[in-house]
Amino acid sequence: MLSSATRTLLRRSAAAQAPARTLSTWAQVEMGPPDAILGITEAFKRDTDPRKMNLGVGAYRTDEGKPYVLGAVRKAEELLLAKGLDKEYLPITGLAKFTTAASELAYGADSPALERLAITQTISGTGALRIGGAFLQRFHKTQQTVYLPTPSWGNHAAVFRDCGLKVASYRYYDPATRGLNLGAMLEDIRALPCGSIVLLHACAHNPTGVDPTPAQWQEIQRVVEEREHVAFFDMAYQGFASGNADRDAAALRSFVASGKAPVVLSQSFAKNMGLYGERVGTFSIVGADAGESDRLLSQVKILVRPLYSNPPLNGARIAAEVLTNNQLRTEWLGEVKQMADRIIGMRTALRSRLEELGSAQSWNHITDQIGMFCYTGLKPEQVDRLAKEFHIYLTRDGRVSVAGITSSNVNYLAESIHNVTKD
Amino acid sequence: MSYFSSIPQAPADSILNLSVMSKADPSSSKVDLGVGAYRDDNGKPWVLPVVHKASTRLATDPAFNHEYLPVGGLPALTGGAQALIFGHNSPAVEDKRVYTIQTISGTGANMVGAVFLKQFKRPENAAVYISKPTWGNHRSIFQTAGHEVREYRYCNYETLGLDIDGMLEDLRAAPKGQIVVLHACAHNPTGIDPTAEQWQQIANVMEEREHFPFFDCAYQGFATGDVDRDAFAIRLFVSRGFELLVAESFAKNMGLYGERTGCLHAVTKSSDLIPMVSSQLNRLSRATVSTAAAYGAKVAGTVLQDPELYSEWLGNMTEMSSRIKTMRDALRDKLVALGTPGSWDHVSNQIGMFSFTGLSKAQVAALREKYHMYLTEDGRISVAGLNTNNIDYAAKAIDDVVRNVK
Repeated sequence: MLSSATRTLLRRSAAAQAPARTLSTWAQVEMGPPDAILGITEAFKRDTDPRKMNLGVGAYRTDEGKPYVLGAVRKAEELLLAKGLDKEYLPITGLAKFTTAASELAYGADSPALERLAITQTISGTGALRIGGAFLQRFHKTQQTVYLPTPSWGNHAAVFRDCGLKVASYRYYDPATRGLNLGAMLEDIRALPCGSIVLLHACAHNPTGVDPTPAQWQEIQRVVEEREHVAFFDMAYQGFASGNADRDAAALRSFVASGKAPVVLSQSFAKNMGLYGERVGTFSIVGADAGESDRLLSQVKILVRPLYSNPPLNGARIAAEVLTNNQLRTEWLGEVKQMADRIIGMRTALRSRLEELGSAQSWNHITDQIGMFCYTGLKPEQVDRLAKEFHIYLTRDGRVSVAGITSSNVNYLAESIHNVTKD
Repeated sequence: MSYFSSIPQAPADSILNLSVMSKADPSSSKVDLGVGAYRDDNGKPWVLPVVHKASTRLATDPAFNHEYLPVGGLPALTGGAQALIFGHNSPAVEDKRVYTIQTISGTGANMVGAVFLKQFKRPENAAVYISKPTWGNHRSIFQTAGHEVREYRYCNYETLGLDIDGMLEDLRAAPKGQIVVLHACAHNPTGIDPTAEQWQQIANVMEEREHFPFFDCAYQGFATGDVDRDAFAIRLFVSRGFELLVAESFAKNMGLYGERTGCLHAVTKSSDLIPMVSSQLNRLSRATVSTAAAYGAKVAGTVLQDPELYSEWLGNMTEMSSRIKTMRDALRDKLVALGTPGSWDHVSNQIGMFSFTGLSKAQVAALREKYHMYLTEDGRISVAGLNTNNIDYAAKAIDDVVRNVK
């Protein structure tokens, strides 16, 4: 309790005159831009119609429409609780057991790159992009622009700009085919100044779901190497795209094996381990040799310390347990495949139902695309109608989170989409 | 020729380096007084009993999952943290003039606040003033965010008490409208806190010069053992009508260290400003971390929102702060009993986890080399590293180097 003298002081102060400055310090702070996805969630929450669907959410849902805590994760948590571990600070670069296992998952357990990797645990994928951006801003002075595919994840531009980098784009998605515009992509990447920073989605492109085929990746790799660009891979869906972790990392590994272009990687366990809110990720740089990667890591630490000192404990411990415990790892890979399969199943069901309804349009892209998201090709006016008339919510770029589709609502979704597209 | 050949090796972090050295030392009599984490009387990390309880509750809750938190953070944490810092009947909170965003512990809160201020401070060229000395990361954080950083006098290196005259002089001499970083309680690294009357004087000068207060509150409840007493300075400034920022950490007072649990609070003049301020803080946070870490927030939120657990937490904090106080007094008494030259009252007068002993660099090095005692070269000890098993050894070691090493 406060002493009476102290309480008197506080009372007197409260009665004292307000500071001379009458204008608030914050008077010139403008309203920040509204978050598009948040807006959809709010509208969805307000909607009372029982058929309502939220297809904006970027988190996996079960066939009952519920969040999913993976069995392997639950077991890992039980094991950890039983161990009674302390909560001491992690080193700046995080839990070594986690980063080692994570690097093996990404690069392949027998990759020679592992011997010369500078890797740090990060605040999930966003944090990894931030550290990567900060590193390039400080040490890649020749080219300070990051080139993103059109379109890309909404937060990419914001993260890189806040690092002090410029942001520009290369063509990627073809609205006509709802697939990849490879020719345009190669042309644009070839035209960039040598040594540009090119951001590549390793698999399950967000928001379009359009991934290059292995042959197309070879062509992309050739151009990136030819122009000596920095390949900045963003891998947020390893295992989640095809159901196979090695297959999903193939493009990344090919670039690394070739060794002709510098590679940096942002890795997230938000989706493939369902660890979303625990913020589990890594950022890594493939160096020339072990000595170099030590040197690079020393610089990465300098970047991390003022941002957040050291990364969070809980999620990294869970991920480390899952990755290094053979039983849990097997169980985990099985669950990731199940999640990927359910999503592929919903894609198939949606497309079939639309075709059954006699839709004149082609819906092949629904099953050609991969991962959590589908770029339906729906126009903003059609998206608005889906919300107003059918209580189905998605972002105005026509992006659907396939994870939000279940066997009980896929027919309703198909009928509604058919309704707004048939004219 | 590697792409990265021109990138130089960066210097190692000195405090963490100390920890590495200490860990590598095989001596059975080693004493680690380096890093600022609480230790029990056996020199072991201590997970608070109330934190164990909260963790078990979460583990058995069928609704527990790992979904993303909202951008602003976990409401149970941010709401509970507001009440903790500003008091349960705070007019600022009741007037809805406070916005709280969850952050990656205290460092994250300092950084989000620093970046926010860089974008919106007035005047645009206002510098950030930090105490001399201060936590090592303050300078780095504010410089990284793009501010010019200056110092105000704080520690009287002769008395090892507060240089209040120097502090007030420097704040008064600064141009109007600067940003001033103030330690809410248990100053790091000195352990020197202003008295209530001195806080009034500081507030007077801050008001006179229209400076903007940025409180760093990493030890609430840990300093005196009383959460309200430890929040006195913040609440004083709020009651006097200041707008301010508070960076809050639950690393020490809840022992959540590695879970990275903290908040940044913004107190404005009017609730009208909150939509703008909150939207900008959210935007900044989204571009660095998207959302903050869920687990620690759920543990802390559970404790803050449950009256029984909250009460137990206050008890756990009292246990930590009183053990530390006991060690302070014991060290002082032993040095006096040994007749160690100099005055040692500052060791028991200072407050919180750290004590600025006044030992020289050479004496610190000697303690390390001869006695396997680890402390930072500014003479700062983490009192939490002292216990009934090592206090005699530590006192004798200090006595020896004070007498024989200059």
